[in-house]
Amino acid sequence: MSELMKVSSTPHVRAKDSTARIMLTVVIALLPAAGFGVWHFGWKAFMLILITVATCVLSEWLFCLAVKKKSTIGDFSAVVTGMLLAMNLPVSAPWWIAVIGGIFAIFVVKMLFGGLGQNFMNPALGARCFLLISFSKIMTDFSYVAPGGTDVISGATPLACLKNGDPVVVRDMILGTVQGTIGEISMIAIVIGGCILIMTGIIDMVVTGTYIFSFAVFVLLFAGRGLDWYYLSAHIAGGGLMLGAFFMATDYVTRPITRKGQIIYGILLGVLTGIFRLFGPSAEGVSYAIIIGNLLVPLIEKISVPAYFGKKKADTKK
Amino acid sequence: MAKRTFQGGVHPYDGKALSKDKPIKDILPKGELVYPLSQHIGAPAKPIVEKGQRVLAGEKIAEAGGFVSSPVYASVSGTVKCIEPRRTVTGDSINCIVIENDMQYEAAPPIHSMDYKDMKREDIIRIIGEAGIVGMGGAGFPTQVKLSPKEPDKIDYVIVNCAECEPYLTSDYRKMLEEPDKLVRGLQIMLSLFPGAQGILAVEDNKPDCIETLRKQTENMDHIFVRSMMTKYPQGSERQLIYAVTGRKINSKMLPADQGCVVNNVDTVIAICNAIDEGQPLMHRIVTVTGDAVKKPQNFRVKTGTLYSELIEEAGGFVEQPEKIISGGPMMGFAIFDTDVPVTKTSSALLCMTKDEVSKWEVGPCINCGRCVEVCPSRLIPTRLAEHADHFNTEGFLELNGMECVECGSCTYICPAKRQLAQSIKTMRKTVLASRKKG
Repeated sequence: MSELMKVSSTPHVRAKDSTARIMLTVVIALLPAAGFGVWHFGWKAFMLILITVATCVLSEWLFCLAVKKKSTIGDFSAVVTGMLLAMNLPVSAPWWIAVIGGIFAIFVVKMLFGGLGQNFMNPALGARCFLLISFSKIMTDFSYVAPGGTDVISGATPLACLKNGDPVVVRDMILGTVQGTIGEISMIAIVIGGCILIMTGIIDMVVTGTYIFSFAVFVLLFAGRGLDWYYLSAHIAGGGLMLGAFFMATDYVTRPITRKGQIIYGILLGVLTGIFRLFGPSAEGVSYAIIIGNLLVPLIEKISVPAYFGKKKADTKK
Repeated sequence: MAKRTFQGGVHPYDGKALSKDKPIKDILPKGELVYPLSQHIGAPAKPIVEKGQRVLAGEKIAEAGGFVSSPVYASVSGTVKCIEPRRTVTGDSINCIVIENDMQYEAAPPIHSMDYKDMKREDIIRIIGEAGIVGMGGAGFPTQVKLSPKEPDKIDYVIVNCAECEPYLTSDYRKMLEEPDKLVRGLQIMLSLFPGAQGILAVEDNKPDCIETLRKQTENMDHIFVRSMMTKYPQGSERQLIYAVTGRKINSKMLPADQGCVVNNVDTVIAICNAIDEGQPLMHRIVTVTGDAVKKPQNFRVKTGTLYSELIEEAGGFVEQPEKIISGGPMMGFAIFDTDVPVTKTSSALLCMTKDEVSKWEVGPCINCGRCVEVCPSRLIPTRLAEHADHFNTEGFLELNGMECVECGSCTYICPAKRQLAQSIKTMRKTVLASRKKG
């Protein structure tokens, strides 16, 4: 044989799924929630989504250019970050907020720490919290002009109403015809997206399920309302819980990799969200809960190393 | 308790349809035959022939080099051309006995002339060792060592590994269909060594015809059972198979016998039958020649020592120049850069692929998706192990139980970032094993 063949280590075949394909699926899964936001809030929501996505992708491209690395935008993870960030902005936010958020998410949270896979917290949430702290007035202004109308609609978000003891309509919260950020308002749209992720095998219900469940238990125990199902369902449907539980707590990079770790993480998120929502000054708590959870992941992983196959009780570490 | 399967595993494209309906065809070697002295785990065999000496087919040309070792037999008659290092499938140069075939196929006398009825336990084990039988599924562990556990009375299960979970391989499949009598006979011989044991033929459920054939074959036997296993890679991995059949678990520090099990591959069991009943040493095996680059994929009965290039010729040559040729299956086989290497006792297939999937993909950063954790049959965290391995962090690697890896490659297969996880882990394991040996 004149020509030498290619050699490589085993195995010689690969599954079809790739990083880019996973990221694209997440983008598709975000479309129902984004679409609902655009339908509910109008073209401005659409512009904000475009701006954050463009800023994120461009920032990543520029960063790679600046550090003379091969561009990594082809994995579509910057698009996911951009979409998620937009989902977390109120529609009243000016364009420059979207730009600052996008740059912060990509430059500071993601690329400075080594790019995809190395970031210690979810870039979109990191940016959201940065914006919330820096521009709290803008970030909590949920007034908007409904499409086709001229009047500015303003008012409290359902969670703020809950906090103040005002009545809420759970049905509207499930459908999404309420106040809130672009992507968080419609529980139905988010759950549809979540189902896409589950059916395509991108996520499973471990983190999402334990998160929502432990949050519900926390509310039942500590809200002082007893078995008030209406109050509980308002808490579950309201705010960023659904978006957070399906799309952000499940972020691969910033959640524990083992099943045991994921359960601990989910419970932790539920408890933290409960504390922030019930006892904190703000009605919201999901974003902070998730980024604090992100920071604790290395510790969680330390205590959640799975028992290897065939491990005997006597086989303690040498 | 029987589980039918294990946790984890993957479902690669199986490609068995290419060759599964092709009956086993005997082929004769044309050129010289090359017999590596190390075709098994353990000490290399010691040559007992000299250059220029005439040998017969079935004559011993190298004897076992230690307790864990195995002799080598000539598979043709001819003259010893030389004893020199030659390239083998792994790419290493190993001392080989090269024999010039005289095309006479003059047979040597059988290796024993005893009647099975007169054989004692020791005789059976001695003959199996003498016949040069090793685990023919790929590992090549000398079978007589496996069959001599410290406490034979504590063996509860003798399992025949009929899973053939490697994609593309159909050699075991054909054997089960064509020689079920010999397979069952081989199992009965093994069972005679372990009075308290039951025999299990563990077949993956993608081979219903084998299950049926074997069930028919074992109808009236109360000690032998055919078990259908879930089709999943690596179902045929020893530890996973034992768990699926018995619910017992073994780890890297244990032998199957510690949990009362002995596991042997289909071809090995048939070789045992041939050695005991006919006095025939191990000198041929079934090789599946397949892949989309081969004109006529099929199963051959090949004399060990035959060069792979001859098998490709027998299979009609290439339809298209292959990009990659693998000795064995796509999950655990060795990629070879040259086809002038010999078939050994452990060569199960020759897979010729027109496309090399591996070089097509670009490796990306780990996104921590956890799929490797999900599929790992040893329940490890492959991505973390690979990271430790790449950083030469032995301590971290051991802390995460890296030595428990069975090197099945499921993690690399599933990784969406196309990382070479198994390669990193295997390299580190080798380093650790080598340093343990030294220490």
